[in-house]
Amino acid sequence: MTAVQGIAAGTRTWIPICPYTDLIPERGAAALVRGRQVAVFRTHDDRLFAVGNRDPFSGAHVMSRGIAGTRGEEPVVAAPMHKQTFSLITGVCLDDPTTALPTYPTRVTNGTVEVSVE
Amino acid sequence: MNVVVVGYGPTAHRLVETLAAKGFTGSITVIGEEPRPAYDRVALTSYLSGTGAEALTYPVPGGIATRLADRVTAVDREGRTVTTRSGHVQPYDVLVLATGSAPFVPPVPGAEGAFVYRTIEDLDAIRDASREAEAGVVVGGGLLGLEAADALRGLGLATHVVEMAGRLMPRQVDEGGGAVLRKHVEGLGITVHTGVGLDRLEDGRVLLADGTAIEAGVVVFSAGVRPRDELARQAGLEVGARGGVAVDEGMRTSDPSIYAVGECALAGGVVYGLVAPCNAMAEVAADRILGGRAVFAGADQSAKLKLLGVDVASFGELSGALDVTYMDPVSGVYKKLFVSDDARTLLGGICVGDATPYATLRPLVGRELPAAPGDLLFAGTSVTVELPDDAPVCTCNNVTRGQVRAAVAEHGCTDVAAVKKCTRAGTTCGSCVPALASILASEGVVQSKALCEHFDHSRPELFDIARVRGISTFSRLIAEHGRGRGCDICKPVVASILASLNNGHVLEGERAALQDTNDHFLANIQKNGTYSVVPRIPGGEITPEKLIVIGEVARDFGLYTKITGGQRIDLFGARVEQLPDIWKRLVEAGFESGHAYGKALRTVKSCVGSAWCRYGVQDSVGMAIALEMRYRGLRSPHKLKSAVSGCARECAEARSKDFGIIATETGWNLYVGGNGGFTPRHADLLANDLSDEELVRAIDRFLMFYIRTADRLQRTSAWVESIGLDYLREVILRDSLGICADLDAAMARHVATYFDEWRATLDDPEKLRRFVSFVNAPGIPDPSIVFETERGQIKPVLVEVGRS
Ligand SMILES: Cc1cc2nc3c(=O)[nH]c(=O)nc-3n(C[C@H](O)[C@H](O)[C@H](O)COP(=O)(O)OP(=O)(O)OC[C@H]3O[C@@H](n4cnc5c(N)ncnc54)[C@H](O)[C@@H]3O)c2cc1C
Repeated sequence: MTAVQGIAAGTRTWIPICPYTDLIPERGAAALVRGRQVAVFRTHDDRLFAVGNRDPFSGAHVMSRGIAGTRGEEPVVAAPMHKQTFSLITGVCLDDPTTALPTYPTRVTNGTVEVSVE
Repeated sequence: MNVVVVGYGPTAHRLVETLAAKGFTGSITVIGEEPRPAYDRVALTSYLSGTGAEALTYPVPGGIATRLADRVTAVDREGRTVTTRSGHVQPYDVLVLATGSAPFVPPVPGAEGAFVYRTIEDLDAIRDASREAEAGVVVGGGLLGLEAADALRGLGLATHVVEMAGRLMPRQVDEGGGAVLRKHVEGLGITVHTGVGLDRLEDGRVLLADGTAIEAGVVVFSAGVRPRDELARQAGLEVGARGGVAVDEGMRTSDPSIYAVGECALAGGVVYGLVAPCNAMAEVAADRILGGRAVFAGADQSAKLKLLGVDVASFGELSGALDVTYMDPVSGVYKKLFVSDDARTLLGGICVGDATPYATLRPLVGRELPAAPGDLLFAGTSVTVELPDDAPVCTCNNVTRGQVRAAVAEHGCTDVAAVKKCTRAGTTCGSCVPALASILASEGVVQSKALCEHFDHSRPELFDIARVRGISTFSRLIAEHGRGRGCDICKPVVASILASLNNGHVLEGERAALQDTNDHFLANIQKNGTYSVVPRIPGGEITPEKLIVIGEVARDFGLYTKITGGQRIDLFGARVEQLPDIWKRLVEAGFESGHAYGKALRTVKSCVGSAWCRYGVQDSVGMAIALEMRYRGLRSPHKLKSAVSGCARECAEARSKDFGIIATETGWNLYVGGNGGFTPRHADLLANDLSDEELVRAIDRFLMFYIRTADRLQRTSAWVESIGLDYLREVILRDSLGICADLDAAMARHVATYFDEWRATLDDPEKLRRFVSFVNAPGIPDPSIVFETERGQIKPVLVEVGRS
């Protein structure tokens, strides 16, 4: 249930977002984290991912409202505007690998989803 | 060189089109008696079911001069000119007669009051006369007569066919086939009189030679055609004893600078009455004019009945040393093959009730049979017939199997539409389309129906799986019938299927995660990530109080307002957290969701109708409201739009809708499959003069059948085209699949379980919690959303797009 990415936990600042159970599986939620918009996703197998909420193709902050699913083995989200698909793991756009979303480490502490944006 | 063509029918069109395509550099003038350029006469009957004259008319190739609605009355061979009725004199170097033929009207007393069936104007006259009549008689039970009879039946007349010979379609079928055909035709409610001629016509009555009197307001002659060779006769050209302008194998008449092509020509002693040989003649003449040596060596006279829902076809020789017959009187199938005396060479065949041999065996005429004749007939389609490359597949356009294969292998065609475009096969009578599909398949082109990487099934298959197995969750469907966790393609499709089947709330439980953002927020996303809100305004009718509420809501929330094309009002610029507050105000004033965001019924537009309009004949507003209330919330493969017009002036533009209704003096005409948008299409007439109840029942079934069988994002226009209007009529008006009770029940369930999604969301705190810009800061609006002002209203400030 815990996914930690990036540099070792403990050295970074974690910002609490919401209770883990508030997230609907395979549906994103947007969070405002230190002035940055982050889209948080919980997959059907209870993994947690955070990517930038801004859709680089349309410029609108809407990634959290895309449909999450899989492409092959990769967990993905499709931009709600024009349906470009991004990996939730790497943020890279699978339809245009020159474009990517920023990704952020996540974890769950005492049932609360936390994200780090530093 | 200066070419003049007399007559502007399909043959003339093929001639000038071929000349233009082959780079002819001289001048071409076509003089035609009808008021329009050539049109698809083979498809003439579709004019009565709503295909417009423009849609039937062929485009005039560039660089060609036309003179329409004028008739050539004289040819001066010495001076090389033609003179028209209007006095115009046109010089020529080469003259082509393409004057076609005229319907034969037998010289019986009273015949002048009857109609013929050849031009658009003839059909206009028949349609007008049918308005006052109750019954109609077609004289002549051949291919065309039966087509005309079906048309009269479609116009709502009790229809009779009178045929002098002992059976229907005497030229195409033998006695056994005729008996089976008669059963089919009678089964459609048409009264058949064979073996009897006409005595006379009286006002409103047809008297047969055996004394029978038929009361009928409309009489149509379809008793054969006669070549229009009057110009040729008068100019002293050689004509046949029984008519027709005599030509040699290069289509040249007895005057070397005059050609004759099409139905007016007598080629090799035969006058041809089908479009395929006429086209072949046009191509030969074009080649000759360009200096070529092409020859016309006679042509196939295969024929297939296009209408009536009865398959009747014949091909090749209708006699032979040996014949093999298959007859199943119970299911009304009769098939016969004629073969050479060693039973190895196919000579011809007749089929009634099942025309599959027509497509598969016609190309083999004159060749060795691929299997024993009996096996070919009994096994039906299960024997695969491998055609040689030089076998003709499309005789109308003279396309061989080899050419179709080349289209696939060399030109990369991957579906029937592409093959049609590339080769012209299948673009005239359409009877070879199944053969094209099977050649594609035999070339290894697999038409994948897989929805996406997660499901190998098509949308209609998934619909059936979910319906028959009672599957009500995406997780179960993908676990049992798919792979992975789905995507933006399959999830909304499954969401729509589940909504059509179960009718629960689209945001209930797991289903919330399947929805596209529009359905997820019950509003329409706009370019800056805000949403627009459209309350339902059934039929476009709204009280002043409700209009004021919409104005107040827009003002209080600072929304941009725009009147939509569907006669409602769109409120733009709402942030997600504002949506519930906006709905609350609207719902309190009696509004509900307009489903503008869903692949669902959108609006039923209306004109003002008989309540106010001095031309209106029915209450179009009342009907539009009733229909919109009945079908509101109905989820479908794509959006559905409708409109109701109160008279034939059609102010509601119903024929551009998925289902459009136009009032008549006595009821409603129902049109289906219309579309605006990217590929505009006029809706086709499905049924006419329906009562209120009949109308609603027909629409119920149309919509439910569409929802069950259409592909993902297939609008009704493409769906109707793919299944065919006749098939649709059979299924939903005549219940040929026996599913109408089921379709009716499904719609009844929809109507009974409808609820307003906005109100249901407002009543559910769990669902309401999702309507925030940020989960961790519910009170804060999205700071990236910024507006400027234009013409007194808000407008999104364009967000700069810089990737990554
Ligand atoms: C309802 C219907 C259904 C049909 N279905 C089929 C089918 O399924 N399969 C099939 O193979 N065939 C079918 N046919 C037959 C097919 O339409 C004809 O073979 C084809 O139209 C012949 O074309 P044409 O140009 O030679 O003659 P036409 O179509 O008769 O055209 C000749 C034109 O010349 C004009 N004209 C004549 N004289 C003059 C003059 N002196 N000056 C100026 N203009 C003149 C006429 O007004 C006419 O417009 C059908 C025909 C009808 C009526």
